[in-house]
Amino acid sequence: MEIRRDVFQAIADPTRRAILALIAFQAMTPNAIAEHFDSSRQAVSKHIQILSECRLVTQEQTGREIYYHLNPKTIKEIADFIEPFRKLWDDRFNKLETIMNKYK
Amino acid sequence: MEQKTKINAEDGKQELVITREFDLPLELLFKAYVEPDIVEQWMGTKVLKLESKKHGSYQFETTDAQGNVVFQANGVIHEFSPNRKITRTFEMENTPFGVQLEFLEFEKLTDDNSKLNMHIVYKSVALRDQMLQLPFAHGINMAHNRLQDIVNKLK
Repeated sequence: MEIRRDVFQAIADPTRRAILALIAFQAMTPNAIAEHFDSSRQAVSKHIQILSECRLVTQEQTGREIYYHLNPKTIKEIADFIEPFRKLWDDRFNKLETIMNKYK
Repeated sequence: MEQKTKINAEDGKQELVITREFDLPLELLFKAYVEPDIVEQWMGTKVLKLESKKHGSYQFETTDAQGNVVFQANGVIHEFSPNRKITRTFEMENTPFGVQLEFLEFEKLTDDNSKLNMHIVYKSVALRDQMLQLPFAHGINMAHNRLQDIVNKLK
């Protein structure tokens, strides 16, 4: 398993982006987050774990409850607006390379 | 790991440079830009026309599953030197972005490796920045739409 996950891979998933959008408004407990999705608690918790590993969310213990926050620092890294443009071309060129390898 | 595709977009300039090294011989890299059925595969769009020659022109079109046209682009080819250089214009139809000028330079590194240098000039700095932000904005919109779906479910 990869130790450090790719931030852009993390936000490539629509559920994870929805989680980020939810907690952007207020810090939420895992239960409160899971209530917004049709998927199982375990599935949502796995998504949160990936977001945590990428430092996109941070957790804070308040009494018995854990609250998840957005991590503004990492979000700012994503806000490097050129990256999605680069990724678009990188994906295209990777595809080109794969296709042309068949002609070798 | 070093990134294979690099973007150089200096602040306040109306141009940008995309560079990429390929694990492909130069001839194969160039072929990927010339053969319409190959262009279709890696660009993910239908190629209606592609005349790979000086004074030639090209047309791309993408339709969704319902058959609606979602993307149309065209351009003309000003210079065409096999395995070396393509100079062309590119324009997305029905968008405010206008025409951009593209200088594509193909370079042999070794027998198995090659490099592409794509220099794009836009009409203005603002248009260049907008083009750069397009994929970023698209990602954000998708997140926003998803949020909208969730909010609707709560109603």
